[in-house]
Amino acid sequence: MISTRLESFVFIRNHATRWDLVAVVVVIGLMAFAIDASRGLFAPLTQLDMVPLSLDIVNLPFYAARTTLRMFAALGVSLLFTFTYATWAAKSPRAEKLLVPILDILQSVPILGFLSITVVFFMSLVPGRVLGAEFAAIFVIFTSQAWNMAFSFYQSLRTVPTELSEAAESFQLSPWMRFWQLEVPFAMPALIWNMMMSMSGGWFFVVFSESFNVRNHVVSLPGIGSYIALAIEQRNLGAIGWAIATMTLVILVYDQLIFRPLVAWADRFRIEQEPGAQIPRSWALNMMQHSQLVRMFRFMFRSMVRFTTRRLPIKQLSTPLIKATPRQDKAWLLALSALVLLAVWHVIHVLIVKTSLHEALIVAGLASITMLRVMVLIALASLIWVPIGIWVGLRPRATAIVQPIAQFLAAFPSNLLFPVVVYCVVRWHLHPDIWLSPLMILGTQWYILFNVIAGASALPNELRDSAQNLGVKGWLWWRRVALPAVFPFYVTGAITASGGSWNASIAAEIASWGDTQVQAHGIGAYIAQASAASDFHNIILGIAMLSGFVLIINRAFWRPLYYFAERKFRVT
Amino acid sequence: MNTSNVDLLHVNAVRKAFPKPDGGELLVLDNVNLQLNEGQIVGLLGRSGSGKSTLLRLIAGLSQPTSGELHYLGKPITCPGPGIAMVFQSFALFPWLTVFENVALGLEAQGMPKADIRKRSLAAIDLIGLDGFESAYPRELSGGMRQRVGFARALVVHPDILLMDEPFSALDVLTAETLRTDFLDLWSEGQMPIKGVILVTHNIEEAVLMCDRILVFGSNPGRILSEIGVTLTQPRNRLDPNFRELVERIYVEMTAKRMDTTVNNRTEHFPGVGIGSVLPRVSSNSLSGMIEAVAAAPFNGAADLPKMGSDLQMEIDELFPVAETLQMMRFAEVEGGDIKLTEAGMAFATAAPNERKQIFSRHLLNYVPLAMHVRRVLDERASHKARKSRFIDELEDFMNEDAAEQSLRAIISLGRYAEVFAYDDETATFSLDNPS
Repeated sequence: MISTRLESFVFIRNHATRWDLVAVVVVIGLMAFAIDASRGLFAPLTQLDMVPLSLDIVNLPFYAARTTLRMFAALGVSLLFTFTYATWAAKSPRAEKLLVPILDILQSVPILGFLSITVVFFMSLVPGRVLGAEFAAIFVIFTSQAWNMAFSFYQSLRTVPTELSEAAESFQLSPWMRFWQLEVPFAMPALIWNMMMSMSGGWFFVVFSESFNVRNHVVSLPGIGSYIALAIEQRNLGAIGWAIATMTLVILVYDQLIFRPLVAWADRFRIEQEPGAQIPRSWALNMMQHSQLVRMFRFMFRSMVRFTTRRLPIKQLSTPLIKATPRQDKAWLLALSALVLLAVWHVIHVLIVKTSLHEALIVAGLASITMLRVMVLIALASLIWVPIGIWVGLRPRATAIVQPIAQFLAAFPSNLLFPVVVYCVVRWHLHPDIWLSPLMILGTQWYILFNVIAGASALPNELRDSAQNLGVKGWLWWRRVALPAVFPFYVTGAITASGGSWNASIAAEIASWGDTQVQAHGIGAYIAQASAASDFHNIILGIAMLSGFVLIINRAFWRPLYYFAERKFRVT
Repeated sequence: MNTSNVDLLHVNAVRKAFPKPDGGELLVLDNVNLQLNEGQIVGLLGRSGSGKSTLLRLIAGLSQPTSGELHYLGKPITCPGPGIAMVFQSFALFPWLTVFENVALGLEAQGMPKADIRKRSLAAIDLIGLDGFESAYPRELSGGMRQRVGFARALVVHPDILLMDEPFSALDVLTAETLRTDFLDLWSEGQMPIKGVILVTHNIEEAVLMCDRILVFGSNPGRILSEIGVTLTQPRNRLDPNFRELVERIYVEMTAKRMDTTVNNRTEHFPGVGIGSVLPRVSSNSLSGMIEAVAAAPFNGAADLPKMGSDLQMEIDELFPVAETLQMMRFAEVEGGDIKLTEAGMAFATAAPNERKQIFSRHLLNYVPLAMHVRRVLDERASHKARKSRFIDELEDFMNEDAAEQSLRAIISLGRYAEVFAYDDETATFSLDNPS
C-alpha cells in the first residue's frame, strides 16, 4: 500500500519533460476536436434542412471531425458489446449454443442491406432531434464493426492458457479481477488488430450511414459521407478529390495517434513471442510514456481498477460449480430450436405471402450473377497479387515499403473512389455489367496482397536455402515451394476479400453521377433498388437470398479450404 | 579409410563482409583457407558468431564471398550445384511434402525421368532407414526421423560433398548419438555416394568423435585459429584416455585464445574508455550457479572445464560466456581449460544473499567498464536519469548495433541484480531510483 501512495507523488516531484509539451498540444487538440464535432447534436432535426451541406472545402475539417467522432463512438459501443456479449458466450455454455452461431452469421452476412429497416427505429428513439439520426448513423457503423471484434474476444477467452487460468484460480481472483488482469490483457493483441480491421470496415459504411431516406425525406448529417453524396449529386469531381484527400489525412492521423501506439503497447501482452519478429514501435507511444501528464492519467486509471477490485468481493473459496443436468440441457436445446424455427417460419411466411416464387427465382438468378462476378474478380486479383506478394515478401526491404502501403489501402474506404470510376463509365459509355464490377474488389483485393506478403516473408530461411541447395527453380519452385508456403495466408486473405466483395456489391452494382444512374445486373443492385423504394418485402427477400448464398459459399467452400490449408500447408 | 590426395574442395583466402546501414562493413569471415580431400570428414568447430555457418553457405554456393576463391573439383563455386548437398540444423523439410516427395525434390529439380526418380529416392530412403515412412508428412515424425529425411534428401542427388550444419544439435542426446553412429557406420562401410564431409558444430566431443581434421574457429571476425588432426581409429570411444586428452586439448586451445581476445584486446585499444568490449548476455543466476558449482565438492574451487561442461550438461556456447564473465569480474581465472575461483569468488560462494549483492556490486563497478560508465553518468546528472539510446550511440562507435544492444542488455541485467542502477524498459531510461 505504501508503494502505491508514494507513486501518486512521483509525477509531481518529477520535472515535466519535453514530451509533455507535445502531449498538451495533442490533448487540447483532441478536446477542441470533440467539442467542435459534438456541437449541434441536440438541435432539432429541422435545423439540418436550415443549414444545408455545402461543398465549400472550408467545411471539410468540421465534416471530417463529425464523421471521425461518429466512427469512434461506434467503436466504443462495439467494444462494450464485445466485452459483454463475447464474455457471456464464453462463460455460459448454454448461451454459447445460441450466441456463437448468431455471431457467426452476423459476421458473414452483408449488414448494409438492413440499413433502411434499422434507421426508422433509431429515429423514433429521440423523435425530431438530430441526436436520433446520429444514433441511427452510429448504429449502422456499429453493425460493421462489432462482430469480428466480439468473435476475436470470444476466441481469446476460450484459449486463455490453462496454466494462467489455474494460477488465477489458485489465487482466488474474483471474476472481475480475473477479467481485467488476465482475460482482457490476453485478448488485447488480437482485439486491437480486429479493431483496426473494424475501423476500415466502418469507413465503408460511413458514406451510407450519414445520408438516408426516412419516409421519403432525405436526412443528411454533416459529415464526409454526406459531403460525397452531395458532390455526386452535383457532379463535382473536384469536391470528391478534396474529400478523398481529407480522408487520407484523417486515416493517417488516427493510425499514427491511436492504432500504432495501441499495437506497440499491446505487444507486451503477447504470451508467445515469435523469434526474430519485429517489435512494433510508435513515436506517439514514446510520447505518452515520457509524458508526466499521460502518466497522471494512467495513474488515475490504475487507481480506479484497484478501487473497483477492492470493492468487489473476493471469490468464495467453495463455490460449488453449478452443473446442468442432461435433462435441463435438452430442454434448453429444445427451446432454442423452437425459437429458431419460429423465426425462420416467420421470414418464410412473409416471403410466401408477399412475394412470388417467380420473384424468388429471379433474385436467385441475380445472386448467381453476383457470385460469378465475385469469383472471377477474386481469381483475377489472385493472379495479379499472389506472384507480386511472393516477390515482395521474399525481399525484406521491399516488404518494409510495400506492406504498410497495402495495409493502408485496405483501410481506405474504396467507395470514395467509386464516383471517379462511375464518372468514367458514364463519360465513355462503358458497359456497366463489366466496368462496375472492379469496384467490388477495389478495396478488398489488398487483403490478398498483404496476407501473401506476410506468408512469403514468414517462409523460414532454411527452407529457402534448402530449395536453392537442391537446385529447385522455375515452375517447380513455384509449385513445390512458394505457392504451398503462402497458401494458408492466401486463403485467409481471399476469405476476407470475398466477404468484403459481397458486401460491396450492394454499393457497387448501382451507382449514380448526378442524375445519370448506371446499373449492373446482380443482387446488390436489386437490394439497393428495393431500399431506395422502401420495399421491405423485396429487401428481405434480397437479403435472405444474399445471406443464404454467402453462408453456403462460406460453409461449403471457404471453411473446408481454410482447414485444409491450415492442416497441410502451415509451417510450424 | 584410404585417403588419396584429390582436392575435392579448395577454399583460398576467403573473406566475407556485410554492409552496415551506416556505410561501414561488418566482417564475419577473414582470410579463411581450407582444403577437403577425398575420404575426409572435416569439422568446423567454434562458438556461435564465429562465421562457420557463413563459410558453409559460401561452400554451398548460397552466397558469394567478398574476396577470395572457392573451388570444387578445380572449378569455382558460383551457384548451388548438384555436387554439393546440405543437411540443415532445423531439418528444413517442406511440411506440405511427404517423406518421399521431400526426398525426390532434388531429383525433380534435375529433370530426371519419373521412373529413375522413384528408384533412386526409394533407395535413399531405404539406405537411411526410413522404409515404411514414405507417405508420412514431416509433422508426423519425431526429430530423429525428420533429420533422417534430411540426410536422405541430401544423399539422393549423389553429391561428392556433404555439408552438415550442426545436424544433431536440435535432437535429444540419445537420438543424436544414434544418428551419429548410424552415419559413421554408413560412412566407414562406404555405402554413401559422398566423397567428403564438412561438419559444422559447437560440440567439441562430437567433433572429436566424427572428424579426421578439426578447424577451430575464433570470433570477431570469424577466422581459423588452429587445425587439429584426429588420428584415433574409428569407431572411437568417448572414454578412451586419448579421446579425453584430445577433448581437453581443444578446450585449452579455445579458452586460451578466446579469453585473451574478448577481455583484453578491445580495452587496450581504447584506454580510458574501456567500454568497447562486447558483453555476453549472462544471467546473474548462471554466474552464482557456476561459482557455487566450482566452489563445491568435488571441484573445491578449481575445475576442469570439459568435466564441468559434461557434469552440468552445458555446451561450450553456454559454458564459455559464463566463465568469461566471471573472469572479467575477477571472480575466477580461466587458464588452460581450467577455471579457478579467486578469493572474492570463494567469498561470494559462502556469503549470505545480501553480502553476495555487496560483493557483486563492488566487482561490477570496479572491473566492468560499461557498468562503471553508466553509473558515473547517472551520478553526474542532476536528474540521475539517462536514456538508453545515449549509451547505445556511444557503444556503436566500437561495435555493431546488435552487439551494442546485447552488451547494454547484459549490463542492465547485472546492474539490476547488483542494485547499482535501475532501468525502466517502458521509457528506456536508466536511473538511480532504486539504488542500494
